[in-house]
Amino acid sequence: MAQTTLSQDPLSKQFPVSPRQASHILGRVLTYLIIFALCVLFGYPLFWTAMSSLKTIPEMFSFPPIMIPSVPQWANYWTVLNIDYPVGRWFSNSVLIVILTSFGTLITSSLVAYSFARFQYRGRDVLFMITLSTMMLPAQVTLIPQFVLFYKLGWVNTHLPLWVPHWFGGGAFAIFLMRQFFLTLPLDLDEAALIDGAGYFRIFWSILLPLCKPVLATLAIITIIASWSDFLGPLIYLNTPEKFTVSVGLQFFNAVPEVGGEPMQHLLMAACVMSMVPIILMFFFGQRFFVQGIVMSGIKG
Amino acid sequence: MAVAETGAPAQGATNGSATLLARIVGAQTPFQTKRAIWGYIYAAPWILGLIIFWGGPILASFYFGFTEYAVIGSPKFTGLSNYIRAFSGDELFWPSLGRTFTFAGLYIPFAVGGALVLAVLLNQKLMGTTLFRTLFFVPHLIPAVALAVVWTFLLAPRVGPVNEFLRAIGVSEPPGWLASRDSALASVTMINVWAAMGGNTMLIFLAGLQGVPQELYDAASIDGGGPLAKFRHVTLPMLTPTIFFNVVLAVIGALKVFTTAWVATQGGPSYATWFFALHIYFQAFQYFRLGYGSALAWVLAAVLLFFTWVQVRYSRRWVHYEGS
Repeated sequence: MAQTTLSQDPLSKQFPVSPRQASHILGRVLTYLIIFALCVLFGYPLFWTAMSSLKTIPEMFSFPPIMIPSVPQWANYWTVLNIDYPVGRWFSNSVLIVILTSFGTLITSSLVAYSFARFQYRGRDVLFMITLSTMMLPAQVTLIPQFVLFYKLGWVNTHLPLWVPHWFGGGAFAIFLMRQFFLTLPLDLDEAALIDGAGYFRIFWSILLPLCKPVLATLAIITIIASWSDFLGPLIYLNTPEKFTVSVGLQFFNAVPEVGGEPMQHLLMAACVMSMVPIILMFFFGQRFFVQGIVMSGIKG
Repeated sequence: MAVAETGAPAQGATNGSATLLARIVGAQTPFQTKRAIWGYIYAAPWILGLIIFWGGPILASFYFGFTEYAVIGSPKFTGLSNYIRAFSGDELFWPSLGRTFTFAGLYIPFAVGGALVLAVLLNQKLMGTTLFRTLFFVPHLIPAVALAVVWTFLLAPRVGPVNEFLRAIGVSEPPGWLASRDSALASVTMINVWAAMGGNTMLIFLAGLQGVPQELYDAASIDGGGPLAKFRHVTLPMLTPTIFFNVVLAVIGALKVFTTAWVATQGGPSYATWFFALHIYFQAFQYFRLGYGSALAWVLAAVLLFFTWVQVRYSRRWVHYEGS
């Protein structure tokens, strides 16, 4: 072997790989084994759920258990939309709330962050400190008076309490994330535009915001995930199944899986898969932005 | 801005009111005044939001804590009776607080420690790192309700796949998991750890690991340090700021644990997973004791602030900041 003759190491005449290389390879193999075990740990429950959603009821409760259904029941996904529970409505409600929440958060938080990052006025820094301190307070403290407020407005059992508050600045985290990004953009951009006669809104809308696309994507993904999974809000404000979101709907379905006296656990699993797939797909395509955003908030926070 | 300061000062009759306005907004020239006013206008949604959804509710909730209030009618002032009742007359108060601490005590080391282990594994520059990272992250993306529903099935004592597996490898009496009083709390913790380990905590650790300079590892190699020594003497000290950040976030998350317990066990069996956030929810939104619920929420806020303060206070002893 060419390598053996070139090598200065006398041991390599006996062994094709040196002990040091051997321990390195052993380490690599071990690392891969651990990672594969972890993939099973994180992946198997999801695989099991996906398989269960394609089973018939006897297959789901058979003994010994069946791992993969003999004939995948793709029809389950259609059937679940047509049972007595308004499952389709839960999804359309959630989509609507997620869209309204995300637009509100993106538009208003970027405006507020623009103000924090680019304007000088009395009270700005105090306001920013107050903004950050709201992140420390548990939601429970403001939840009860907010409920009273929405109750008095007659908004209980409507979707308004779930998205309207997000049009008021989008929350401290969103403002913080956007402000940090605005601070990285050079001030010369603003000044040049100002000299050219652009107004402040035009500077924001036509010059700065297009540069913010990556951070807007990040914020959109984080907001969509949070809004899609939100449970406490819909649980408190929504009472009738037609108004439910996916989260409360699933919980309702889970509590009473026998629809009209028939067990529907396989359909419940199908509904669970349907609640996961959009968010997982979105993450898959947007993960570059998402990871950047988490890193930004983590490192600079 | 240089352009602005040369602007002519306001003159004549408008001078007085203009300077007053300028002083209010903290400006010196008309240009700065105008600019400051635009600043307020763009911040207005959040200023309103702070008043309507934060400031007002915080004051109201503080007041409700001293009243009896059931949405219908108006709050009736009862002094400290809610707090007295919480501390001495509510048999679920201390147990639910204690249970929340038990949860936090189990959850935080496993979730943060597990995330660190995952991050170190992914940082080995292996093939397929992005794929593994995505897979580890997926549990974190699942809506909390779906997570709880799926795990209720997986952990079903008689027909669930977890116990099937345990029986197959020879465990004759596998635990009852969520259905048993003795193991429900541990099961809820496990579900939460499973979902959180590969999530944001891991991503933040990964970013932190990438910030550890390679020279330090090289130096450790020259000194003959093996992988464990490098982890102990290079990685861990350099990561302390990241660990600190993640622990603070984990404490906040743990004390608010709600959804998984509510969906998987409804706080049961026999109150085994009746956490403090569930107690607040039931008091406020099932029994409509809004006054008492507000008092409980303030207890939670106080506990949270106390723990955060302690962590910040003692962080200097173990958190190592490079270059300071």
